[in-house]
Amino acid sequence: MELLGHYNFYIVVVLMMIGFYTVMARGNMAKKIMGLNLFQTSVFILFISAGKIIGGSTPIHEKGVELYSNPLPHVLILTAIVVGVATTAVGLALAVRIRESFGTIEDDELAGLDGPDEEPVRS
Amino acid sequence: MATALAVVRVHDLFSAAMLFSIYSLLSAGLFVVLDAGDVALTEAAVGAGISTILILAVLALAPRYERAPKRLHWPAITVVVVTGACLFWAVSDLPPFGQPDNPIHTHVAPYYIEHAYKDFGVPNMVAAILASWRSFDTLGEAIVIFTAVLAVFSLLSKPPDKRAGLPEDDR
Amino acid sequence: MRGNGILRIIARLLIPLIMLFALYVQFHGDYSPGGGFQAGVLFAAAWILFVLIYGLKLGLEVIPERVMFVLSAVGVLIYATVGMAGVVLGGRFLDFNPLLADPKHAQQAGIMLVELGVGITVASVIMLIFTLFARRRAALGQGWQPEDDD
Repeated sequence: MELLGHYNFYIVVVLMMIGFYTVMARGNMAKKIMGLNLFQTSVFILFISAGKIIGGSTPIHEKGVELYSNPLPHVLILTAIVVGVATTAVGLALAVRIRESFGTIEDDELAGLDGPDEEPVRS
Repeated sequence: MATALAVVRVHDLFSAAMLFSIYSLLSAGLFVVLDAGDVALTEAAVGAGISTILILAVLALAPRYERAPKRLHWPAITVVVVTGACLFWAVSDLPPFGQPDNPIHTHVAPYYIEHAYKDFGVPNMVAAILASWRSFDTLGEAIVIFTAVLAVFSLLSKPPDKRAGLPEDDR
Repeated sequence: MRGNGILRIIARLLIPLIMLFALYVQFHGDYSPGGGFQAGVLFAAAWILFVLIYGLKLGLEVIPERVMFVLSAVGVLIYATVGMAGVVLGGRFLDFNPLLADPKHAQQAGIMLVELGVGITVASVIMLIFTLFARRRAALGQGWQPEDDD
């Protein structure tokens, strides 16, 4: 049946939606960045599972192995993981600075403030 | 998947960071099962190691508990359900999992697989592709991570003003 | 955490092992899963473990911040220099074939140099990002020094 052939993609879509919901629905910035990372990792699983061949092996040349899994998605994802950590680092640095200027990293409280405070706000 | 759900629901950010680390480690294990050795090593090191450390570093500077949302966020849930349904429908057009004659395996990949050891003498095909056939992209990636450190430096190099207080210690 | 005996002993065992493993992964990138990124992250993780146990000040004496800045640029420069060496010796940018006499050896040498550059950059970048975050925490705690932890 068609459904069973695609089960890996369904799992990926569910994980993606969990990450997406976290980014949208939670106000705390650290939580949002974690949701973004969940989303990213689910996309990695999508690519790697698309590159796998059942019965293949790791794409490292060995004597006696005929079928290798596709190495091209691995290359893409390797770069993507490192770029993901770069983005996470910059996002977290921004969160730290926001915390210092405004005293909070929650969205709702930030929307109610006018500008950087003159005195620290304990949230 | 359970860890992913737990990361969303838990309000203690410290536990969320630990669960996030477990999620990364589980996906690294998944990569090993899917025959991706390099990617599993990188994801385990980066996701379970570096991302978690950075989140914990931010937690040292920000309150530990997030504000619990009072009610379910209905717009977000609708968007998520609609997008999820569209994606489910779109994904069923993709080729089935793991068949050797999927289109993804037929264009450039057989050339790379055959010629990595013959032309270069390098058994690790992923390294050969990364560093030799597609090495321009790897240069771009090194530049991206260098730019990230420049950005973080430009944000965090000045010492903070004395007026910003420490988060409450609720341990 | 310096006072905690168990952590200190295990860290003393593990940190050199992790650094050694990072070097192994870097230079065996051709034969086993590995390569520049993984090695860089592992090396940075060993240094971060050292800082977590012994404090930021001691960690910065081992690898000073200025060295980290310079190394992160040097790694990208090594990559670009290998590329330009290809141009200077007659090929295209990032072409490894003109570097040595035998094309197989040239490709392997090129790959190894390029992965070395990437590894150096990634390691120093992650160490630097961690230092910037940790120093913020130290500066915020007015009067709290990084070495009197626990």
